[in-house]
Amino acid sequence: MDISFKIEKVNAFYNNTVALKDVSFDIPEKSVTAVIGPSGCGKSTFIRCLNRMNDLILVFRLEGRIIYNGMDIYSEDGDVIAIRRQIGMVFQKPNPFPKSIYENTAYGVRIQGVNKKETLDDVVEASLKKAALWDEVKDRLHDSAFSLSGGQQQRLCIARALAVEPKVILFDEPCSALDPIAAAKIEDLITELKKDYTVVIVTHNMQQAARVSEYTGFFMLGELIEFDNTQKIFTAPSNKMTEDYITGRFG
Amino acid sequence: MTREAYHKALQELEDELLNMGEMAINAIKGSVESLKKRDIEASKEIIKNDLLINKKRFEIEERCLLLIATQQPMAVDLRTIAAILSIITDIERIADHAEGIAKINVMIGKEQLVKPLIDVPKMADKGLLMLDRCLKAFITRDADTARAICDEDNEVDSLYDHIYRELLFLMIENPKIIEGATYLIWVAHNLERIADRVTNIAERVVFMVTGRMEEINVSKY
Repeated sequence: MDISFKIEKVNAFYNNTVALKDVSFDIPEKSVTAVIGPSGCGKSTFIRCLNRMNDLILVFRLEGRIIYNGMDIYSEDGDVIAIRRQIGMVFQKPNPFPKSIYENTAYGVRIQGVNKKETLDDVVEASLKKAALWDEVKDRLHDSAFSLSGGQQQRLCIARALAVEPKVILFDEPCSALDPIAAAKIEDLITELKKDYTVVIVTHNMQQAARVSEYTGFFMLGELIEFDNTQKIFTAPSNKMTEDYITGRFG
Repeated sequence: MTREAYHKALQELEDELLNMGEMAINAIKGSVESLKKRDIEASKEIIKNDLLINKKRFEIEERCLLLIATQQPMAVDLRTIAAILSIITDIERIADHAEGIAKINVMIGKEQLVKPLIDVPKMADKGLLMLDRCLKAFITRDADTARAICDEDNEVDSLYDHIYRELLFLMIENPKIIEGATYLIWVAHNLERIADRVTNIAERVVFMVTGRMEEINVSKY
């Protein structure tokens, strides 16, 4: 099993409030790792650390190291743009740009300076196919992204993330604003994506974590309580707190 | 979010399992007692009541499936429901063995038993004690007791050996009693199988508590 991220003694703070405490574990490559835990446990803070999205919050501070592909992404010479190109992110609510389906998908490649139509066409088609959206939109690529349903918009955001050829995709509760059918499609897509990408998903839906992931980390009050194979976590977790949380005895 | 209605439903499921266990225990006690007293009517009643135990098994199974479908149980809850689904099958079969003993009593009819019952009640008592303790181990989540119960199956197997040999000698001495002696071997065989079924239940208790499947004691038969 190759490692995508090595999380080493990570502590995260908002001003003086501790959001993550001494978190250490490895995220395996080309697999799905789920992060679960009650509200306020630090799971969203954690996933946002993986591509330095928390840098946008002025009062945020991180101690410890996050090694991605042998490089400490928080080191002085870390190129944030390059990091985010390799480590894409999909958010809770679909957030397409007020542009066409085509332009949304091509956006990341375009801002890298690619303007050749054939290249962009290829990128758009390949990315929409990977996001399982091509068949539904191929005849209306120049319609507004807002003409799509919520589930389609979310898959468009996934296509947009895939277009810049990342290695990792972070999903922060990607289905919580979707209906069950749209959510099922995203789940199928995640299962498909793990063949080529490392996927990390934060979810409130424990059944979803159990269905889509190979590994699961349970966070509680900023601490990683347990990290193990998903099957183990959901059938026979080692820690009493994990057990009590996933069986609904607290949280 | 704590899930009170769900946990209440789980508790009720455990209570129902205990009720079913109690029904099976009464069936075993009654079947051996009726054989001893040669009470044919009581045996017929046990045969009739077996239907209630079968019905109870399906009721519990339905409740388990409903909880799986509606509550997506996980971890210890999932293991408990999986254990219950397996245990009710064993209890139902245990009750079938009690029914089997009752049927043998009816078949023997007005004939006298070929020998006084000494070891058969001992086997029944041992099996009953194992079952009773196993159900308590289920409730108290006691894997150690469950493992110990599996080892006690050897005592039941020894009693079965003893009864089998004794009846074999009687048949050799007096071939006229072959039919009557065979009936009693069947009775002992039913009791031997009951203890085997209890060890299955004990294995499920260990699984429920530890999350590991263990084959603890393989019966001689």
